[in-house]
Amino acid sequence: MKQLKLASASVLTLAASTLSTTALADDLTLCWAAWDPANALVELSKDFESESGHTMNFEFVPWPNFADRMLNELNSGGKLCDLLIGDSQWIGGGAENGHYVKLNDFFDKESISMDDFAPATVYAYSTWPKGTPNYYALPAMGDANGWFYRKDWFARDDIKAAYKEATGDELGEPKSQKELLQIAQFFQGREIDGKTVYGAAIFTERGSEGITMGVTGALYPWGFKYENTPGSYDMEGAVNSPEAVEALEFYKELYSTATPPGYTNSYMGESLDAFKSGQVAMAMNWFAFFPGLYADPDTGGDKIDFFVNPPQNQAGSTLGGQGISVVSYSEKQEASLEYIKWFSDPAVQAQWWSMGGYSAHNSVLNSDTFEASAPFAGDFLLAMEDVQDFWQEPAYAELLLAMQKRIHDYVVADQGTAKEALDKLVEDWTEVFEDEGKL
Amino acid sequence: MSETTVDRVARKTPARVARKVKGLSDRAIAWLFVGPTIFLLLTINIFPLIWTINLSFTNFKANRPNRAVEYIGLRNYERILGDSDIWLSMQATAHFLFWTLFFQVLIGFTLAWLINKKFKGNDLWTTIIVLPMMLSPAVVGNFWTFLYQPQIGLFNYVITFFTGADPSSFQMLGSVDLAPWSIVIVDTWMWTPFVMLICLAGLRSIPDYIYEAAEIDRASKLRQFFTITIPMVLPFLMLAVLFRGIENFKMFDLVVQLTGGGPGSTTEMASINLKREAFEKWRTGYSSAFAIILFVTVFGLASIYVKALNKVKER
Repeated sequence: MKQLKLASASVLTLAASTLSTTALADDLTLCWAAWDPANALVELSKDFESESGHTMNFEFVPWPNFADRMLNELNSGGKLCDLLIGDSQWIGGGAENGHYVKLNDFFDKESISMDDFAPATVYAYSTWPKGTPNYYALPAMGDANGWFYRKDWFARDDIKAAYKEATGDELGEPKSQKELLQIAQFFQGREIDGKTVYGAAIFTERGSEGITMGVTGALYPWGFKYENTPGSYDMEGAVNSPEAVEALEFYKELYSTATPPGYTNSYMGESLDAFKSGQVAMAMNWFAFFPGLYADPDTGGDKIDFFVNPPQNQAGSTLGGQGISVVSYSEKQEASLEYIKWFSDPAVQAQWWSMGGYSAHNSVLNSDTFEASAPFAGDFLLAMEDVQDFWQEPAYAELLLAMQKRIHDYVVADQGTAKEALDKLVEDWTEVFEDEGKL
Repeated sequence: MSETTVDRVARKTPARVARKVKGLSDRAIAWLFVGPTIFLLLTINIFPLIWTINLSFTNFKANRPNRAVEYIGLRNYERILGDSDIWLSMQATAHFLFWTLFFQVLIGFTLAWLINKKFKGNDLWTTIIVLPMMLSPAVVGNFWTFLYQPQIGLFNYVITFFTGADPSSFQMLGSVDLAPWSIVIVDTWMWTPFVMLICLAGLRSIPDYIYEAAEIDRASKLRQFFTITIPMVLPFLMLAVLFRGIENFKMFDLVVQLTGGGPGSTTEMASINLKREAFEKWRTGYSSAFAIILFVTVFGLASIYVKALNKVKER
C-alpha cells in the first residue's frame, strides 16, 4: 500500500512538473524592422531561449512598410506581437492609446533602473509625457544619423592635391556642414579610376520618413527648434526661423549639386547601395548599418571611415533608435517582461554591442574599451550627446507626413522657397494640434 | 431514346425537394434564391457605404479609440473642397486619366485595326502585344523603375540614341515635368493591349457584306473607315474607355511603385492622397468624406457616360 502511495505521489509530482513547465514555456513574437541589427538580435535571443525555455519568434518588416504595418497592428488591437521594438516617435501614441504596457512597477520590482541607461535614450525611447518618469519601453537600440566616406579616396595624393587646388583647403573629414557640401561638390562628377563618381548619398525618400530624417540632419546643426517654448506648441518663429530657412536651403543645394542623378526618392537602402557600388564619396545613414559597412569586402575595412554629423551653428544629430515595449494586447505579458528583464542585464547588453546591436546601457557605453571596440564607436558616443528627435506626439504620423510633403515639394520638386515651405509646415502642424485640442 | 436538354430541364422536381418547398409561393421561392445574394450585398457593399457616410460627418480617428467622437456636420467636406492640395491631387488624376485614355484609345485602336488585317504571324503578334497586361502592376512598376534609372536605365539610353542627349542629363521619375508623363507611358504600355482586344472584338463583329456593299457603291477606303468602321466600333471603344477610365481614376499601385506620388506631390493621385489620409494620418472622418466625394464623382461621371453609350448603341 505504501509503495502504491509513493508511486502515485511520484506520478503526480512528475505530471505537475511537466504541466508547470508547459504552462511557463511560451511562444513569444518580437516585432521589429528588417535590418542588420534584427539579425543580431535573433542570434542574441537564442541565449534567452535556452535560459528561459520560451521560444522566440520574430516578425521583421522592411523599413518603408514598418510604421504602416506595425501601427495598423497596434491600432487594430492585434496580438501578433508580444514585444515590439517600435520607433521612438511612436511612444506618445503607444502610451496614450494604451498600446504599450507601462513598465514602472515592473522596473521597480526587478530593480531595473533607468539611470543605468544613457539619458538621451531614456528620454527619447522610454518616457511619455516626455521627460517624466513614466516608462513605456526599455532603451533597446541606440542610434543616430551619421556619415561614412571613402577613406581610400580621401587619402590619395592626386585627389588631395586637386581638392587643395580647387578649394584651398585640405581634404579631410568635414568639420562643418558647409565643408561637407564643399567636399561633396568637389567629388560630384569627378572621374576616379575611370568611373564617374558623385558627392554624397543623402535621404530624399517621400513615402515614409526619409527626407525628414535627412533634412533634420541639417536643421538641427543650424539650431532648428520645434517650439519656442517646449510644450507650448508655439511654432511660429521657431520652425520657420531664419536659421531653419538657411538650413533647408543648404539641404536643397546639397541635393541638387552633389548627389547622384536620379536620387529623388532614396533612403537607407539606396544610400548603402550608392556607397557599396562605389558611386559616392560620402553617404549619410544610421549608425546601425555601420558594422555591416565596415565588414563589406569591397568598400569596407581600410576603405571606409566614419564621422558624426558635422556641426554648423551648434552640434546636432538626428535621433534614430528604438525602445522595446510589451504590447498590451499580448496574452503573454509575463513572458515578455521576462525577456525585457533578461535583455536589461549588463552582460547581455555587452554581448548585444559585440554582435552589432547598439546598446544604450551605461556599463557598455562608459567602459574603457568601448571607444576602441569599433571604428565608429567614438562617433556614436559623440552623436548621442547631441541628438534631437522628431515630434513624439500621438499625432506624430500626421506631423511627419506634413513635413515629408513640404520638404520634398521644396527640395526635390523645386516648388516655392524654403521660407514658404516652412511657413506651410507651421500651418499644417498648427492644424494638427488644433484638431488634437492642444492649441 | 436519349434524353434531350429540354427533357432534362423539364424533368419533374424530385419528391425530396418538392416536399421541402411544398406550400411555398413562387415569390417565397424567388426570395429564397436571391436572399443570400442580397444579404451579401448589404453586408459587404451597402452597410460599409452607409457607415462611411456616417463617419464622414465626424472627427473620428481610427488610431485614437479613446478620443470622443463628435459630429461636426459638413466641416470635413468644407475642408476638402477648400484644400488646395486635394485639388492638386485631382488635377494630377485628371492629367493621368485624360492622357492615358487618349493614348490607349489611339494606339489600341490602331493596333486592333492592323491586327485585324489578315497577315502571316497575326496570332503570334497578338500574343506578344497582350503580354504587358498579364503582368502584375507591382512587377511592372519595379521593372520600369529600372528602365527609367538615369545612369543604367535602358529608357534613357534609347532616348540618348535618338537625341544625343547625355543619359544622366534627365530624370524621368525625378523631374517635376517628366514624372507625370513617365507614369502615363507605363500605364499606356501596360493597358493599351486591353483596349486593343476590345476594339478587335468590335472590328471582327462588323459583317463583311457591309464593306462589300460599300465597295459596290464605290465608297473609298477612307469613307468606309469613317462611315462603317468607326461608328460600328464606337460602342466597343466607349466600353473600353469606361473600363479604363474607372480603373485609372482609382490608380494606386503602379504610381506608388514608380514615383510614390513624387517628386514632391507631382504625381500624387487622389487615391494615393486618400490612402495617406486614411491609413497613414488616420484621419478617418476626413478620409471618409474624401472617399464619398470620389465615389460620387466616379458614379456621376460613369452614369452620364453609360447613358451616352446606350444612345450610341441605339443609333
